Amino acid sequence: MALTNDHTVKAFDEDLNRLRGLISEMGGRAEQALLQAMAALSKGDQELAAQVVRDDKKIDALEAEVEQLAVQTIALRAPMADDLREMIAALKIVSVVERIGDYAKNIAKRVALMDQTRSIEAIPVLMSMSSLVIELVHDALDSFAARDAELAIRVTVRDKNVDDFYNSIFRTLVTFMMENPKLISESAHLLFVAKNLERMGDHATNIAEMVYYVVTGERMEERERGEQPEDGAAEQEQG
Amino acid sequence: MTQDDLHIADPKMRAQGVNVFYGEKQAINDVSIDVGTDLVTAFIGPSGCGKSTFLRSLNRMNDTVASARVTGRIELDGEDIYAPSMDVVQLRARVGMVFQKPNPFPKSIYDNVAYGSRIHGLAATKADLDVIVERALTRAGLWDEVKDRLGESGTALSGGQQQRLCIARAIAVDPEVILMDEPCSALDPIATAKIEELIHDLRGKYAIVIVTHNMQQAARVSQRTAFFHLGTLVEYGKTTDIFTNPKQERTKDYITGRYG
Repeated sequence: MALTNDHTVKAFDEDLNRLRGLISEMGGRAEQALLQAMAALSKGDQELAAQVVRDDKKIDALEAEVEQLAVQTIALRAPMADDLREMIAALKIVSVVERIGDYAKNIAKRVALMDQTRSIEAIPVLMSMSSLVIELVHDALDSFAARDAELAIRVTVRDKNVDDFYNSIFRTLVTFMMENPKLISESAHLLFVAKNLERMGDHATNIAEMVYYVVTGERMEERERGEQPEDGAAEQEQG
Repeated sequence: MTQDDLHIADPKMRAQGVNVFYGEKQAINDVSIDVGTDLVTAFIGPSGCGKSTFLRSLNRMNDTVASARVTGRIELDGEDIYAPSMDVVQLRARVGMVFQKPNPFPKSIYDNVAYGSRIHGLAATKADLDVIVERALTRAGLWDEVKDRLGESGTALSGGQQQRLCIARAIAVDPEVILMDEPCSALDPIATAKIEELIHDLRGKYAIVIVTHNMQQAARVSQRTAFFHLGTLVEYGKTTDIFTNPKQERTKDYITGRYG
């Protein structure tokens, strides 16, 4: 975490550093929530899943705290230039991180709903997909902490691999459902899990785009998006 | 941001390679800038950066300082204002100035506003002068507050009213450019807001240049901002760009409060 300590008004530095600390903590909790939700899913661990759902409240509370501090700082310190960009980015980033936490919670909730007889082999692929998503979320937040525009760009580039995972899992699960209608319920749940992961990858990209804006003052060029996810929903969700 | 975006077609005033010296000391170093009628230009920078010195060179107010010397070229409508043929009194009628502290004459409100028109012979009759005074006070947003007491002394007004009286006095002679040197630094927030609203109204009628220490004010009233530091023009750009994404490190350090 790069500390700032070069403002003439030292209390301003303290506000900025506290803000960065809170965002860092929030990001760490969101990463952990996803890690635990996927662990609970793969082991059918109900207790761990319930804990993810409970812990999400802390992420929500952190979001409220960051929002309050950012609004207060804008009101009292009238930040300019890169400081102003950081405030705006902080507000946007925490709402994105909060969404990532919600997706992790949603995955955790499905653990209880799913049939525990493990009849589908798709889970190893989901685990690989989730590892990549955790990596992207982690790198996106690291790029914010380190003011690293290059790292931010690499996050957006790698998001394409998440989309590829999703397309592959989508096809696999649809095939399962067609072959064996008994698997439809469970496959549908896993499809939602994959969709949640795909959305988290997009959110990591959103964070990276905000970081790029904070560091350079420019909007990131529209990246090569590759093919859209094949369920046809991506177009409208990207908005 | 390209140069084309910043180009001012048909600038009212144009400074090119301007240097200002006080004796041996150089206060302004090679400053070039265009000022247009449609855009309010703000000069910002730390104390002693030369922004006021430069502002004063735009209507030759520095002539009153014995040791001051100006080189380079400053044009008003393409005419060199430092040319020997330039009538300085006429120049200052065309390029008016409003100072940090309101400085009304110890005369009536009416006479304060009428003063310039009288010495420049702009009004043939008392009725003409009445029209000029009313119009100037109206434009300065002061008419309704003083119309029933035009005979009272200008110094009896509040600080904010005095400053608007000085602006009325400046615009009564129908100038082309108004230079404002920290016009609100001695005023309360309400009076400041009225002056800012006035600047907004006057934009387009006169070319306006404002020097301010209050960066929020520069951001509020101007469309172009010039950042001065140590006698040089460090960065000139659209106000929105200067305050959200300055290109120069020194500009950024100053506007974000990291200077020094």
